[in-house]
Amino acid sequence: MDKGKAVMGMGRRWAVDFTDNSTSPPSRDIPDPLGFTRASQDQDDSTLSREKKNAEANWKSQKAWEVAQAPFKNLMMMGFMMWMAGSTVHLFSIGITVSALWQPVSALQGVGKVFEPYKDSKVDLLGPKLVFIALNLVGLGLGVWKLNTLGLLPTHASDWVSSLPPAQEVEYSGGGFL
Amino acid sequence: MAIRAFLLCIILFSSSYTSFALYEDQVGLMDWHQQYIGKVKKAVFQTQKAGRKRVVVSTEENAIAALDLRHGEIFWRQILGDNDVIDEIDIALGKYVVTLSSGGSVLRAWNLPDGQMVWESFLLGSKPSRSLLLTPTNFGADKDNVILAYGNGCLHAVSSIDGDILWKKELAENGIDVQHLVHPEESDTIYALGIGEASQFEAYVINARNGELLKHSSKGFPGGFSGDLSLPTSEKAVMLDSSESSLVSVSFVGGEIKFQEFQISDLQGYSGEAVLLPSKLAGMVAIKIDRSLLLVKLKDEGTLEVVDTVPHVEAVSDSLSFAEGQTAFGLIQQDGGKIQLSVKSSNDWKSHFLKESIEFDQQRGLVHKVFINNYVRTDRTYGFRALIVMEDHSLLLLQQGAVVWNREDALASIIDVTTSELPVQKDGVSVAKVEHNLFEWLKGHLLKLKATLMLATPDDVAAVQRIRLQSAEKSKMTRDHNGFRKLLIVLTRAGKLFALHTGDGRIVWSRLLNAFHKSGTCESPRGIKLHQWQVPHHHALDENPSVLVVGTCGHNSDAFGILSFVDAYKGEELNYLAPVHSITQVIPLPFTDSTEQRLHLIIDAEGYGHLYPRTPEAVDIFQKELGNIYWYSVDINNNLLKGHVVKKNCKEGIADDYCFESSDLWSVIFPSDSEKIIATSTRKLSEVVHTQAKVNADQDVLYKYISKNLLFLATVTPKAMGDIGSVTPEDSWLFVYLVDTITGRVLLRMSHHGCQGPVHAVFSENWVVYHYFNLRAHRYEMSVVEIYDQSRADNKDVLKLVLGKHNLSAPVSSYSRPEIMTKSQSYFFTHSVKAVAVTSTAKGITSKQLLIGTIGDQVLALDKRFLDPRRTLNPTQAEKEEGIMPLTDTLPIMPQAFVTHALKVEGLRSIIAIPAKLESTTLIFAHGVDLFFTRLAPSKTYDSLTDDFNYALLLLTIVALVISIFVTWIWSERKDLQEKWR
Repeated sequence: MDKGKAVMGMGRRWAVDFTDNSTSPPSRDIPDPLGFTRASQDQDDSTLSREKKNAEANWKSQKAWEVAQAPFKNLMMMGFMMWMAGSTVHLFSIGITVSALWQPVSALQGVGKVFEPYKDSKVDLLGPKLVFIALNLVGLGLGVWKLNTLGLLPTHASDWVSSLPPAQEVEYSGGGFL
Repeated sequence: MAIRAFLLCIILFSSSYTSFALYEDQVGLMDWHQQYIGKVKKAVFQTQKAGRKRVVVSTEENAIAALDLRHGEIFWRQILGDNDVIDEIDIALGKYVVTLSSGGSVLRAWNLPDGQMVWESFLLGSKPSRSLLLTPTNFGADKDNVILAYGNGCLHAVSSIDGDILWKKELAENGIDVQHLVHPEESDTIYALGIGEASQFEAYVINARNGELLKHSSKGFPGGFSGDLSLPTSEKAVMLDSSESSLVSVSFVGGEIKFQEFQISDLQGYSGEAVLLPSKLAGMVAIKIDRSLLLVKLKDEGTLEVVDTVPHVEAVSDSLSFAEGQTAFGLIQQDGGKIQLSVKSSNDWKSHFLKESIEFDQQRGLVHKVFINNYVRTDRTYGFRALIVMEDHSLLLLQQGAVVWNREDALASIIDVTTSELPVQKDGVSVAKVEHNLFEWLKGHLLKLKATLMLATPDDVAAVQRIRLQSAEKSKMTRDHNGFRKLLIVLTRAGKLFALHTGDGRIVWSRLLNAFHKSGTCESPRGIKLHQWQVPHHHALDENPSVLVVGTCGHNSDAFGILSFVDAYKGEELNYLAPVHSITQVIPLPFTDSTEQRLHLIIDAEGYGHLYPRTPEAVDIFQKELGNIYWYSVDINNNLLKGHVVKKNCKEGIADDYCFESSDLWSVIFPSDSEKIIATSTRKLSEVVHTQAKVNADQDVLYKYISKNLLFLATVTPKAMGDIGSVTPEDSWLFVYLVDTITGRVLLRMSHHGCQGPVHAVFSENWVVYHYFNLRAHRYEMSVVEIYDQSRADNKDVLKLVLGKHNLSAPVSSYSRPEIMTKSQSYFFTHSVKAVAVTSTAKGITSKQLLIGTIGDQVLALDKRFLDPRRTLNPTQAEKEEGIMPLTDTLPIMPQAFVTHALKVEGLRSIIAIPAKLESTTLIFAHGVDLFFTRLAPSKTYDSLTDDFNYALLLLTIVALVISIFVTWIWSERKDLQEKWR
């Protein structure tokens, strides 16, 4: 569909959608012809497609694992960048740290989406997902650690009292020279 | 949190580059400087020669000044020290101004055209006496003109060429009060006339050439004398007898004393004291009784005759001799808003040379002094001008029936200063004005742009500078967004209140307060303090703010008090209470009533407190806080520091609900044989502190001990009370104390051995900085003490702080006696100091600078960071990041750090810092004889663009960018289309 549209956009005047919807029986409102049994045909098909599906599931789970491990490379990259940035607060180090924090967070937000293409009843996505999340969490931790080394995390007492107004005094006194 | 940290970083970074210097073209943009001279005591005209017509005056601020007679501007001015009071002034040789000062012990000659000192002579004598100066015009053939100066009981003849003392003669051996020196014309003798202890008339006849005493005669008068001698001629003196009912004329020619008594029948008709005026009138004496003037003529044979009585006379001038032996004198009659100047001839008292009536500003009060001078009109007749000194210390020149110029010299003697916000800008600005402004604005910015792009011609540059200096923005009469425009309300010694605009220093209004008029019950009224009485904001915005002026009727502590309430916008005296109970302390309380009037507790001499405003509402508010209101008193004479608590309504005051009794709580007695109180300092009531925590570089927290109830007190050993150098370092100790004024607890006592005063101290937040002299090092020193609260130090659990489970913001009582820790450090400082102050900002976030009034009458801004007790020789990296500088023994003085740049605030007395609304900025007002005002940003203006910011350039850049975006967009479209057709 998308492709068709994209092509249309490029200048073609027309397109035909060849998507076959015959495999989904409930969508058809025409009754089956006499003597036709759907079950036998399904059976026939299933042996063929099972193999196909198995292969696809394998491929999918393999891919999912790959995707799950992708943040690891990112992590290494990030670590290197952080090491380069040093531990003083300036534009570069703050930029690096912010991106180090933002990447895992955005990745975690889109966990479902990342693994969407590999969604299959036969594929167990829990493992890859957990690995993905764990790796991203490590990335996040790295970012937070970096933030801390920059001194931007309120982990000290001083961060919480630095703008504490002076306490009020109960008594009041004035006076001066006689 | 991060934002705050970031902000702090910015402050830190920006403050680490300490350059406050102005560029040359920035002078006058936000500062102004006004020069004054003070109330004129004596005036000598110098109008004989063609050149510039001028008058030389000496003033109560110990200034000698030559003023332009046309405009009243100062040609030159010299200000002597505080204890160098000018007694006499005269002109010698026609080119020197001669002054006799310090009780007749210093004689100086100043060059008349430019005010440079020509010579100076110290005249030594045995005992204090009055000082007299005589500059005889011609001493026979002798070219070397001689000045005769009498002071400290000795008569000195001084050469007017170089100030050499020619001879010296001791006169006041037997307690004789010499009152006049007379030099009869064309003679070689001098008469020194005086009155002895037993009320006898004394006359010395002295040879003017060598100081030889030719004759000394004295004769007692049976009736005795009262008051001073008057000298109508060079042969006879006149004085009142002790009953003040008769005049005695004394002839002393050749040392032969002859008395002649003369009853004045006219005197009987008046009630009140008869006073012989000191004015020198040729052949006449003037007696003042109850605002009327009796003119008494002295005849040749020594008899006296009353020739005239003039009503409502305020002042009489000395007689002035002009052309062919004519003499004239001026007198001023004043009635209501009108003054009448008459110049009469001394010879023929009935004729008037001049009689002018001038409508007058009531705000100037009575005429105190008049000096007259003559000039030749174009028709060869004589005209007269009169210089008059008013009750409000202003100086005016009257000529041809009009006030030619006036000088508001009351501003040379400011007692106290407070500020008031200006009214809020109202809607309804006319369109035309806006358009004009817009055009001007654009024009100005285009010129600026030209200057930025180096395209401007010198004319353009001058125009830009003019626009900047005359910006109408800064002198508007409305409140501005940054809080730079305010009214400075100043109380002067004359009892006159002025409102000055901070933008350009002009006088917005001035008022001689009715409450400070002399009356029978109040003989010498004087102002003491000025407080903000009503500062309306929020709900009471439509009311005008007002100030409270506190004064007393006399110099004793039990003299009656004066309270006056003045509208800060209009200058109207809303109300005054006088005379009221005596006033020893005025304590502004931290409460306001529903109309935003601040509650004030005024303590009288008996220790009773009187609450103002006198409304039941105020009493209600006060009653609620009763028991928590304390006051302390520092008694210098008895070396005593006492604390009191306000307890309950007065018992024997009967029906006065506003009177409160207080009981003594504690006292600190300093042993008078080893310590003398010399200075105290407290925090300013209006000071705002941003935080109670001080964060070190290693994220450690120190809690500041911030209390408004702390008193810094300095004492020295009695031996060290004198001048610097009068005591050996071994005998001299300086002690400093920090005392809690609620409980009397001494938090700190420190001693500096070998140090002495004077001590100047400033107390802010949790630190005190004080300045004193170190006798061992022969240098001035400044010490800093920082106070930290040790009892809060264990509040370090982050979790508790996050959850708010701490008691750091709970109200504290001084009775909880928190443990404290102090850190201190001393540094050498090159200058001696006249005043110390500290900058203050609206929220207290900006770092602080000390404002030091140096002996050279300049104001130096010194970063508080230089006075950090944690400075070490080799600060660690973390400490360096925090902004701690390596330890040096001396505080640096950078020439750029003088906020007064090239100007001097002559006679500097006090420096006041007023926070602007913009956090980075503080307004500085320094006053002495001169006034100086400027704006200061201790950490640079990190929260606003500078005035020089080129908005036109910004606008131009934006427009150019937008245009370029459109152009490139069109181009890209076109290119796209071409691509597709290919």
